[in-house]
Amino acid sequence: MAKITMREAISQALWEEMERDPAVFILGEEVGVWGGTYAVTKGFYDHFGPERIKDTPIAENAIIGAAIGAAMVGQRPIAELMTINFAFSAMDYVVNQAPKLHYMFGGQFRVPLVIRAVGGGGRQLGATHSQTPDAVFAHFPGLKVVSPGTPEDAKGLLKTAIRSDDPVLFLEHATMYQVRGEVPEGEYLLPIGKSKIQRPGRDVTIVTYAKGLELSLKAADELAKDGVEAEIVDLRTLRPLDMEPVLESFQKTNRAVIVEEGWKSYGVGAEVSSRIYEQAFDYVDAPILRVAQKEVPLPYNRTLEQAALPQVPDIVAAVKEVLK
Amino acid sequence: MNKERLLDLYYQMVLIRRVEERGAELYQAGKIGGFMHLYIGQEAVSTGLIAAREPRDRVITAYRDHGVAINCGISANEVMAELLGKVTGTSKGKGGSMHMASVEKNMWGGHAIVGGHLPIASGLALGDQYAGNDNVTICMFGDGATNIGYFHEALNLAKTWNLRVLWVCENNQYGMGTAVERASAVSEIRQKAEGYGMKNERVDGMDVLAVYEASKKAIDYVRTEGKPYMLEIMTYRFRGHSMGDPERYRTLPKPVPNRGWKSYSRMCS
Ligand SMILES: Cc1ncc(C[n+]2csc(CCOP(=O)(O)OP(=O)(O)O)c2C)c(N)n1
Ligand SMILES: [Mg+2]
Repeated sequence: MAKITMREAISQALWEEMERDPAVFILGEEVGVWGGTYAVTKGFYDHFGPERIKDTPIAENAIIGAAIGAAMVGQRPIAELMTINFAFSAMDYVVNQAPKLHYMFGGQFRVPLVIRAVGGGGRQLGATHSQTPDAVFAHFPGLKVVSPGTPEDAKGLLKTAIRSDDPVLFLEHATMYQVRGEVPEGEYLLPIGKSKIQRPGRDVTIVTYAKGLELSLKAADELAKDGVEAEIVDLRTLRPLDMEPVLESFQKTNRAVIVEEGWKSYGVGAEVSSRIYEQAFDYVDAPILRVAQKEVPLPYNRTLEQAALPQVPDIVAAVKEVLK
Repeated sequence: MNKERLLDLYYQMVLIRRVEERGAELYQAGKIGGFMHLYIGQEAVSTGLIAAREPRDRVITAYRDHGVAINCGISANEVMAELLGKVTGTSKGKGGSMHMASVEKNMWGGHAIVGGHLPIASGLALGDQYAGNDNVTICMFGDGATNIGYFHEALNLAKTWNLRVLWVCENNQYGMGTAVERASAVSEIRQKAEGYGMKNERVDGMDVLAVYEASKKAIDYVRTEGKPYMLEIMTYRFRGHSMGDPERYRTLPKPVPNRGWKSYSRMCS
């Protein structure tokens, strides 16, 4: 199997789906002539042409709104938001229209739409451009929220998202485009809504996704030096949330740490831990801990930004705490 | 304008150029991070514009804000300190390149969400109207920002409520890599003000005195009539959109740094 980057994996999924289905097209800011702000659609404009790779004005409402309309009449648009932070400029369409139209009109409308967006901190972009607000979007029934942590999952999940008849928000992380991994060539589909054990272990369960996976794998290596074997469950999809592998793992380890890059309050960790308490209370041997971003808007200054983001030592410390 | 004033305008433009050239070096050296958008090529716009304000007139702009900050009287040291993320910067190192501000200098920030600060500008003017004074709010933004809903909502509100805002579109021909004609229904952006019944004018932004004269008139109009006004200032950014722009999209010539761009003024007239 070829080892490719996250960027290449996403690019491959888009390219293959566009070749396969003429209903698939891409629209967004700088996706064409520029080649994508993060170079994901580099070369697409020359190959597929301006009809299928559409550079838009800076108009997030129009981008998502028009993508919804085109999807309703049978096309399969992939709308790219330059970053997830700009989804707030199109919030009505992302959470109040796309997820509602199928249900509210008694199943008459279908919205086979993918919204791709990059998020995450760590690049000194300041408070409005560095957020990891994934949990906000996962709050809304009707919107599938996918956020892969490996190139393989990125390819398989994005291809499925494009073929899905429901709106899917596909979240990428700005500091993970260079992450490498083995990815099957050609047709490769993964089901949306399935969590996965990314590292087996017996002592503690770490539940995480996306950037948190990268950090947790490093933390697990550290912990292994002290003889602690952490099992890492990667959620991959925030909605629908698959708790099965989490509960199975927890029933074995009886201790859990949840790692996410977003803020702790009302976040993914809050959701997952309360589901563990609800569904596996008898197995709890220690309070479940959460590792997340400090409760501040992210600062520009590099040292302060790094201090506010969750780091490997924070995970190691939390694991040691639940094992006490 | 007397010689002293003229020299001062020149000094400000050169200062902006030098600060940004140094900033670019420090960025390459890894001392400055994040997004940094240079104003190189556009110095005459904010220099002429802000020279025409009274100190009580407020200024608010987008992320391409180093020049605006300097023109408003924020020291080059403070601008540089912010770029370097220091506590001595205009925003204590919390904001970075895109977020220069000084309440004392009546500079209400660089703002990084395209068009996001336009309704806020209407709000600054609303606050002043409510307080019963005749301060003018000068709101600067790019050509690309006129395609987002914020622009239209803000102009409509300003006209309907007679808010004292001078809207200043810096038309530098591109929003990132997208040329104006590829993104805007009308390439003469001042026409958008017509839709809101707002007086407007197109100005050559490569000529600091032309910008100054037009701005003076516009600010007087806004203050005395109690109505908004829009300037479209024609300019060109000589560098990439931000650091690290591959610049594959340019169809207009790329200007030679520090040699000016003579043909441009002629193109505008
Ligand atoms: C709502 C929103 N969408 C997209 C962006 C990304 N973005 C930053 S600057 C920019 C181009 C803006 O062009 P223009 O308004 O012409 O200003 P210029 O950069 O030319 O000064 C884009 C698309 C953003 N910051 N905010
Ligand atoms: Mg522009």
